[in-house]
Amino acid sequence: MTIATPRPLSAVLAERWNRSTLLRHLSIAVVGLAGYYLLSISLDAFHDLQLAQISYTAIAAAGLTVLSGLSGQISLGHGALMAVGAYSTALLLEHQHWKLGLVLLASTAITAVVGAVIGLAAARLRGPYLAGATLALAVGLPSLANYHELRNVLGGANGLLVAPAPPPLSLGETFPVERWQAWICGLCLVITLVLLANLASSRIGRDMRLVREDEDAAALAGVHVARTQVFTFAISAAAAGLAGGLFAFVNQLASPGAFPLSLSLALLAAAVLGGLGSLAGAIYGSIIVTLLPTWSADVAQSAHLSRSVYANVPLVAYGVVLIGVMILFPSGLQGGVRWAGRWLWVTIRRPLARKDSH
Amino acid sequence: MSMSTRLRPAAAVAAGAALALVVSACSSSGSKGGGATGSTAGANKASAPGVTATTVTIGATDPLTGPAAPGYSEISPAAQAYFNYANANGGVYGRKVTLKYLDDAYNPAQTLTLTKQLVLQDKVFAMVGALGTPTHTKVVDFLNSERVPDLFVASGCSCWDQPSKHPYTFGWQPDYIVEGKILGQYISKTYPGKKVAYFYQDDDFGKDGVTGLDKYISQSLVVSRQSYEPGNTDVTAQVSAIARAKADVVALFTIPQYTALFKLTSLKLGFNPTMVVSNVGSDPLTLSGLLEAFAKQGGATVNGNQLIEGVVSDAYLSPLGDTSNSWIALFKKVRDQYAPNLPFDGNVLYGMATAYTFLQVLKAAGQNPTRQSIVDAVEKGGLTGPGLVPYRYSKDSHAGFIGVQIGTIKSGALAVTGTPLTTDNGSGPITPYTTAQQPAPANGIPAG
Amino acid sequence: MERFIDLTLAGVTSGAIYAAVALALVLIWRATRIVNFAQGGMLMITTFIGYTVIQHGGSYWLALAVAIVSGLVLGAVVERVLIRPVENRSPLSAVVVTFGLLVLLQGLAGMIFGGTPRSYPPAFSIIGFGNANHRLLFAPNDLWVVLVVVGVMAVLALVFRRTSIGLRMRAAAFAPEVARLLGVRVGRMLTLGWALAAGVGALAGVLVAPTTFVSPTAFDATLVYGFTAAVIGGLDSPPGAVVGGASLGLALSYVSGYLGSDLVPLGALVVLMVVLMVRPSGLFGAPAGRRV
Repeated sequence: MTIATPRPLSAVLAERWNRSTLLRHLSIAVVGLAGYYLLSISLDAFHDLQLAQISYTAIAAAGLTVLSGLSGQISLGHGALMAVGAYSTALLLEHQHWKLGLVLLASTAITAVVGAVIGLAAARLRGPYLAGATLALAVGLPSLANYHELRNVLGGANGLLVAPAPPPLSLGETFPVERWQAWICGLCLVITLVLLANLASSRIGRDMRLVREDEDAAALAGVHVARTQVFTFAISAAAAGLAGGLFAFVNQLASPGAFPLSLSLALLAAAVLGGLGSLAGAIYGSIIVTLLPTWSADVAQSAHLSRSVYANVPLVAYGVVLIGVMILFPSGLQGGVRWAGRWLWVTIRRPLARKDSH
Repeated sequence: MSMSTRLRPAAAVAAGAALALVVSACSSSGSKGGGATGSTAGANKASAPGVTATTVTIGATDPLTGPAAPGYSEISPAAQAYFNYANANGGVYGRKVTLKYLDDAYNPAQTLTLTKQLVLQDKVFAMVGALGTPTHTKVVDFLNSERVPDLFVASGCSCWDQPSKHPYTFGWQPDYIVEGKILGQYISKTYPGKKVAYFYQDDDFGKDGVTGLDKYISQSLVVSRQSYEPGNTDVTAQVSAIARAKADVVALFTIPQYTALFKLTSLKLGFNPTMVVSNVGSDPLTLSGLLEAFAKQGGATVNGNQLIEGVVSDAYLSPLGDTSNSWIALFKKVRDQYAPNLPFDGNVLYGMATAYTFLQVLKAAGQNPTRQSIVDAVEKGGLTGPGLVPYRYSKDSHAGFIGVQIGTIKSGALAVTGTPLTTDNGSGPITPYTTAQQPAPANGIPAG
Repeated sequence: MERFIDLTLAGVTSGAIYAAVALALVLIWRATRIVNFAQGGMLMITTFIGYTVIQHGGSYWLALAVAIVSGLVLGAVVERVLIRPVENRSPLSAVVVTFGLLVLLQGLAGMIFGGTPRSYPPAFSIIGFGNANHRLLFAPNDLWVVLVVVGVMAVLALVFRRTSIGLRMRAAAFAPEVARLLGVRVGRMLTLGWALAAGVGALAGVLVAPTTFVSPTAFDATLVYGFTAAVIGGLDSPPGAVVGGASLGLALSYVSGYLGSDLVPLGALVVLMVVLMVRPSGLFGAPAGRRV
């Protein structure tokens, strides 16, 4: 006869934790928000600016990592989608005087629609052909700002200025605007990550993975392949659109020169360096692509090198890091973190296990 | 799979982010201005951010890498070379001037980040010679709200001249409308009734130039207007349109690469118009360098210089070839000693002349300059220097040089002719300026 | 009518350049199933090397030979050292590595040669055919470029289809395990593929350098349009690369001439999307294989 012993509370909680993804994600989000807040108030204004820039880069990289890692589609054009979000935000703020939250939501929606259109057009493209199409998009779409007929609206080569949005007076008169910007970006980042994480754990996420592995098997299993792919493209475009809107908000500009091809490639690098399919990886990758140029420029400055050497050190450093991390960390940095974490866990448990067995 | 985010990686992420930012915050240098008291040079005080008893730190953003870098990347190093010379010869009130220039690769978002770094973190006293219209227009509001002097912006946009809206921002070079007017008048006077075509860059530089040209060139004579996008070197379609229209004179508001490309495609079509080129794109040394390899292939025994012979342009500083000029001699000496790796071309001259102007106003700002006192010094006006024409600085105008002097390229150097001409960027007339250029000070440092 | 002829000739000339770059990309794709983002950077370096030869008094042809040889070496080294570790992983890893290589090469070139654009001579005269009264917008040098590109295409198509080494290269790319079992030195074939592609790229660089001048970022646009041309033609097909290059060159020339230079990048996007919507693997590409 088995008597059901009352389970310890810890086991009940652990099981509840493992089963409810939403609870898990929300708790991590709260911890993340708290950590972000503490970080932002301990940094000075300029580093808050960098924190904000890392945050919106991470939003775009997270969308891209979902697209490429989960759904297996390649996009070299997410910089152009950020441009769509940035210009939408700039135009809405200038002409409509809506609140920032509504503007960001609208920009996200607009970019999602653009992404859906692109996803539809590119639905039959695979591999390098999709890469080529998105590459042409990355170069072609921002150049729309130069189009003669649209110059009055889009501002041409000079682009648009976004009026600064000062922090609410309740925070004090000398509250640095950069910290306020970092808060907004951090909040959007956490929300985006929670949504994407939930999406990935949901049935749609499973569908995406199925399509990535084998389209025919997925179709046989009842997954609507094209719809899933277009949907994923639209979601990742929405993330890029939000990132673009925040870009316009933080940098107070939207201009074609701010969205070169290298931005799209940097987003891809951030996603891949961090680990394809990993949201945490998107954060690591964004930190690297945002901070490395500034840091290497500082190092080069203090070394008093000749002009052409000093100016190119950040480029060389960037290339070396990209190549090095890709070669050394096959699954990206997140893979490396997991490996390190697992190694630590095993090393700690080994002496404990030995003790138990005596 | 990896989507179920567990606490461990998330914590690692947070720690990593914090660590990265804190490390970069600690390791970045910040020139702490305003802290040191006590003087080593008489009554020098640390009177403003970026100013100590012995140093003045200023900042600039330039395209040092990327497609916009050719030529422009020489300007700030040249300015620094001049500052080094001045520092070695006593400085201004004994203070040494350091220019911290950073690479924005002509990306406005990068310009904003770097400008905030220079102002908020490095606490520079002023921005001097920040370069580019699409880039600098994005930081003007920030600099003015932080009350940082934004001196001598390296761009010919007329937008720097807004004293009520941007009281801390000043231009330096003659703006493109001014230049266009003077070139336009020259064309209409020297080539009356001849067919004219425009070839211009499709941004404010080109369009402002065309605005100026149109004020003096009759519309009926303009047979073709072609614009190009910088970044795309295939301009065959545009140049061939001009060539087939058989223009006699072509006015070019182009950067040097596109001046050269125009010449090459014209050669291909056997088209040989008179070229009237903005000073932005007519530096003889740069053009010769770009056309050098074609000279040998030109069919005849031409050299690079011959391909640019007879090009009309303009100048607001003494021409480089005029070695008897005291300013050219001074700057050449500075460059030979402090920046031998830089070519002695128009960009280097530009950088050094801007640097000289800054030292002038720094001196005029008093022994213990503040940000307000240096702005007042510029607005006081009356500065004389290496220019062929005067500045327009006053309480009501923050524009720099008010005109140019026409010249023609002969034997690889620009030779100026006639008198310098001055005008405004509106409908004002063009008037000659007959005051002679002041010679350079004996020791090369502004007297005050 | 004259305008149309001018634009057509200009389109053929620029199209030949895109085709040359496209051929190099097709070569790498066929040999290793990787898209090489660093192609523009590699051909920039080899063109700088050619420029250095000329600066030291070498003839144009010597410089061309040196550039091609250094391309072969560079391609082989890059494959062995950088690409080998990421060859078997997701294609995005190769994209990031080659992008990193591109940035690295541009930085190194900037350090060594500086940012000032250098003048590179053409092989033949750039004066258009004709006489003093009327010249065509087509010069002996342009004809040379077109002939070289068509010639390289023919050689590549022949090598891949008719020779045993071409067969081995294709086998090494498509089915490395089976090829290995059959005695094909897969690694060596991959290296050879990269070396050849870099050599073709070096040739392309020298051909285009006169009109773009030589600087670290001078070839960025050429690479983008070359890649677009390769995709239009189908990444598996050398003739496709040439057709893709020619069509893109013509299309962009007409857009630039009739609609304005501001619409050129958008024009490239439109042309590409139109082709891909009708034929998702490019004009001559093999339909996408199924992964079993």
